[in-house]
Amino acid sequence: MAASIAPSADLSTALVHAPPTAAAWLVILPVAWCLAVGALLVMLRRPIALHPTIAIVGLAGLVLIDGLLLREVAENGPMTMVMGRWLPPFGIAFTADLTGALFALAAAIVALVAGVFSLADINDSGRRYGFYPLLMLLMAGVSGAFLTGDIFNLYVWFEVLLISSFGLLVLGSEPEQIDGTVKYGFLNLVATTLFLIATGYLYAVLGTLNMADIARKAEGLRDSAPLVTLAGLFMLAFAMKAAAFPVNFWLPASYHTPRVVVSALFGGLLTKVGVYALVRVMVMLFPVEREELSFVLAVAGALTMIVGVLGALAQTDFRRILGYLIVSGIGSMLAGIAVGGPGGTGGAIFYALHSMLVMTGLYFASGIALRLGASSSIDTLAGLYRRHAGFAALTLMLCFAVSGLPPFSGFWPKVMLVKAALDIGAWWLAATLLLAGFLTTIVTGRLFLLAFWREGAHAAGEVEALSPATLGPLAVLTGLTLLIGLYPEPLLVMIQNAAAGLAEPSGYVDSVFPGGRP
Amino acid sequence: MEAWFALLVGIFFTVAVYLLLSKFIIRVLLGVAILGNAVNLLIFAGGRLTRDVPPIIPDGAEALVAPAANALPQALILTAIVISFSFFAFLLVLSWRAYKDLATDNTDEMRVAEPVDEPVPPLGY
Repeated sequence: MAASIAPSADLSTALVHAPPTAAAWLVILPVAWCLAVGALLVMLRRPIALHPTIAIVGLAGLVLIDGLLLREVAENGPMTMVMGRWLPPFGIAFTADLTGALFALAAAIVALVAGVFSLADINDSGRRYGFYPLLMLLMAGVSGAFLTGDIFNLYVWFEVLLISSFGLLVLGSEPEQIDGTVKYGFLNLVATTLFLIATGYLYAVLGTLNMADIARKAEGLRDSAPLVTLAGLFMLAFAMKAAAFPVNFWLPASYHTPRVVVSALFGGLLTKVGVYALVRVMVMLFPVEREELSFVLAVAGALTMIVGVLGALAQTDFRRILGYLIVSGIGSMLAGIAVGGPGGTGGAIFYALHSMLVMTGLYFASGIALRLGASSSIDTLAGLYRRHAGFAALTLMLCFAVSGLPPFSGFWPKVMLVKAALDIGAWWLAATLLLAGFLTTIVTGRLFLLAFWREGAHAAGEVEALSPATLGPLAVLTGLTLLIGLYPEPLLVMIQNAAAGLAEPSGYVDSVFPGGRP
Repeated sequence: MEAWFALLVGIFFTVAVYLLLSKFIIRVLLGVAILGNAVNLLIFAGGRLTRDVPPIIPDGAEALVAPAANALPQALILTAIVISFSFFAFLLVLSWRAYKDLATDNTDEMRVAEPVDEPVPPLGY
């Protein structure tokens, strides 16, 4: 009956009819996989002894999937999959380009080593309160944010990772954690609400939410639409998520309160999601507006660097020092986005990837130091070098890396950023980058001198044993840092291609609209 | 209609910001709830407000034409309502726990994570 009444519609203009290729499934698989493993863990609430195994296998699978995705994207360019087979811009698109795939892979590696580290750090009560399901759901949110091609969908993934991070942050319910979570929760919710306001305006102005479509439509509306205001709103929202000065105060107030492994995960992942969103929106969607706002962004970046590192100098607690160092690193990434061009954007992406590995590693180190020295204050920590020379060596390497000294991963992005800043004549920004690096060296140098080299009460020759689950993750991250520092070429080429793909998103747009837009 | 709505949204934002600037966590919580609703109304108004014209794309056009209200912002709000409500619920419980455990609802006095009398970092070796 219905068939005879309905007009014969040409569905080829509304739906994708060709079944997706096997490779195209890789775009959605990281999210689907994390959600599936997370759901499985939620269903297996009682047998908590199984949780770590399932989660670590799940995260290893995620690393594999993201690795395959990166290889596929590096070889064949951006890939798109549209939900429900609706043609874009009507269907919600998932688009993986090099930037998204690189961030997703780095996040998966960080989550996997954190999963291993958690074996020794999360006790039974932490498992019972759902550390592992929350970890998987957090990764679903993070992967979704990196791979989505729809700006409202990006908001949804932000919320998914935010609610999981709330759960992880209060795990343990100590007064300190509740205090930290109150500040983290309220300020982050306000930040995502700002993001939602900007998205609402964006839809009202452009009539589309698909990122590829936005990039094309913004072209024709530059004269009539208030796009600079819109870009400014997005900038404020993402800067708040990334903890840039002057909206960074939630980070040092909360990141030192949860379990060490949760701190490590947050320090590695969450602020970088904000940086990624900033890169995606400012560089790819609103390049002309980024130019207009670049001075504001550069000043904010310079202040973030200096305020962050001065904050780190004023702290005694190991983990609070690290919280401020994250903020300082965010400043360097903002500076890169402000400078723009292949060097600036590439430097910001490189710095973000480096910061993911190094900050997570340093948080692990703070956890091990807490276990060996029974203190987290550099006033009372002493003689860690005697207790475990291998651990001290690994930490020293990470300290060099975070300060941007060769031959570690922090050196190359710093070189790229300083060069890009000098190329456009922003000597003051280049000077601030170098000054922040110098002050970071002082911070980490003091940390190492006091906590590791200072003579402690411990008798000489007594070496404590550390389990592989504790030292292994630290060693893996340090190894990666050293590897990237010694042989940056393959990664550098990929990052340069990623930055080029953001500056000239024709590959991205073509992957969303294969036949050109009707 | 949209102009009145814009005014209403403006009032909502004013109230929300005023409450968010308070030191007391229960007012901040109310501010968050009103802020969420302000955003929802904003998106709602962004899709035009009318019920006189059915939202049907006419022959030959590719998108909805002017007088009809766009249905997509309404779908976006449904998502945003669910999210903001669940966050509000979480923050409500969190604030209550904070009030019980920290024995204060004044954010100035919530200094457990960042104590006031912190020692100066070591200045020598």
